[in-house]
Amino acid sequence: MSSPAGAGAGGAGGAGLGGGARGGVICLAERDGATIAEASLKAVEFAASLAGPATGVAAVVFPQLGGAGTPELDASVLADCGATDVYLVQAADLNAYAPAAWARCLEQLVVSGGASAVVAAATDHGSEVLAHLGAMTGLPVAANCISAQPAGLSSWQLVRQRWAGSVLEDAVLEASCALLTVATDAVPSPSASSPSASSPSASSPSASSPAGVDGRPATHVVTPVLSQADLLVRATESAEQSSGMSLATARVVVGGGRGVGGPDGFAALEELAALLGGVVGVSRVVTSQGWRPHRQQVGQTGTKISPELYLACGISGAIQHMAGCLSARHIVAVNTDADAPIIAHAEYAVIGDLNEVVPALIAAIRARST
Amino acid sequence: MDVLVCVKRVPMVGGKVVITADGQDVDTRMSGFTVSPHEECAVEEAVQVSEREGGSVTVLTLGPPEAADQLRDMLALGAHRGVLLETDGREWGPIATAAAIVAAVGELAPATFPLILAGNEAADTGGYQVAIRVAHALGRPCATGIKRLELSGGTVRATREYRGAQEVFEIPLPAVVTVKEGINLPRYPSLPGRLRAKRADITVLRPQWQVDDLRKQALRVPPGAARRAQILGHGAAAVPALLDVLGEFGVLPTAVRDGGDGAAA
Repeated sequence: MSSPAGAGAGGAGGAGLGGGARGGVICLAERDGATIAEASLKAVEFAASLAGPATGVAAVVFPQLGGAGTPELDASVLADCGATDVYLVQAADLNAYAPAAWARCLEQLVVSGGASAVVAAATDHGSEVLAHLGAMTGLPVAANCISAQPAGLSSWQLVRQRWAGSVLEDAVLEASCALLTVATDAVPSPSASSPSASSPSASSPSASSPAGVDGRPATHVVTPVLSQADLLVRATESAEQSSGMSLATARVVVGGGRGVGGPDGFAALEELAALLGGVVGVSRVVTSQGWRPHRQQVGQTGTKISPELYLACGISGAIQHMAGCLSARHIVAVNTDADAPIIAHAEYAVIGDLNEVVPALIAAIRARST
Repeated sequence: MDVLVCVKRVPMVGGKVVITADGQDVDTRMSGFTVSPHEECAVEEAVQVSEREGGSVTVLTLGPPEAADQLRDMLALGAHRGVLLETDGREWGPIATAAAIVAAVGELAPATFPLILAGNEAADTGGYQVAIRVAHALGRPCATGIKRLELSGGTVRATREYRGAQEVFEIPLPAVVTVKEGINLPRYPSLPGRLRAKRADITVLRPQWQVDDLRKQALRVPPGAARRAQILGHGAAAVPALLDVLGEFGVLPTAVRDGGDGAAA
């Protein structure tokens, strides 16, 4: 076996990216229990859009914390997103997240398969692993891409986010292997594109070229060669936090900013959030004043939210804050200043003092339900 | 313990980003400058380490001569020494920046900096990689996105959150760690701190710019960022209209005594 990341003992397929897959695209696919994280599915679709019709798209899946005890992966979701091959990584010492080791494995797959690009969702794990891969190989990493197109041999035309999405950069990447992270909250969801689209569009290799039989991807087991240094940084424990409803996934977020005026003003926002089945989120000024804990912060340096409704009260709408709520379905602002930047981002606005509007809204909702 | 903290001078943007006419930069004629938010927390963390365990805090930045202002801001928070890797104002890519930091760490000996801190990502370019490249070049382990840092003996225990769970990394020193806002609440600079920072000498090194294989062509503000909200009204008088909108969005609680259909429209 010439490949350092060749098929392991239980391997179902050969080394590298499979036949006819030279110049293929490799994508890090993060597990989420028995399936693949939504962000990674988008990254696989992105990877498939980079691959030509005859090139492979290899999804690389690492063991979750818990190792052998994790449920068996349903690889069909990866095929639906355009993966032609699935690489299941197995190594004796690799039973938890280990960024340098993951990158080392990707490096070995790049070398053995001659990949033209490696893609990962721009999650904390994806960004970290690709940065390690860039450092190991000396290759540049383009972070937070929203589009990429081949522009000649080892040249790519990219659009990537700066300022957490408030600014876009057009860029050219010259690299023998393009290392890209994808700003997955800025590209369409996998469910939005139909896997059964049968139009002969040249831009949908994912739908038209399943590699294995029955549309299933060919599955391979790979065993990377890892050094002690690669394994020095490993997640040693992982405990679920029991902090009630998550800000990141709440259906309604009631936001409070400087206009709340102080720590005492948040009681009314908490009450309103509870009535609407949601949680309170705050702007950076609120946490830097110590009015509320940082875990409630929405924004570039806090949590990114994607609720059905973001009701932003007394929040001016600095770009760093808006970067955290770009994925909100509806934004409604309550603000004393009709010229505040938030008004340009909101769908509806009430001009007025939140300390007057919020209690009146609470009373109206209560009156309505009795 | 001697700690090195890497920071970056970035424009202080508020509600709106304006791009210069040539499309190459954020227009900063009307804005001040600051360091990225995570980095201010990195400096605070380093100052707390030095207060607890002794040792010094060196703050380093790569940027134009004016970036000395940001070093002085950090000195005012309690850092002891400022190092400016002075540039001609051109943008430096992550590979070149990491190489310049690594070279500076060598030049600043005898301080060996068992701990190098940085922010998780820069607020402007958001490359998520300079610290990791520095770690590899120095042969050190690296943990990123850290929200809690505990030093004991020759080990650092670093904790972060990922998808609602905690990840803990225990790594030996010397190490490189990037932190995220929320790890601490940075202090306000004291008046004596400000005065000391104003007078402090700043070490200036001049690294060589290198071309980056990721070349910026132009910056732009994404389309659709400039609509205007429909105004529902003013003050409490707008609440009925607001209630209608919330009903339309389907976020109102199901009414208890009106048959449960929660009709608000």
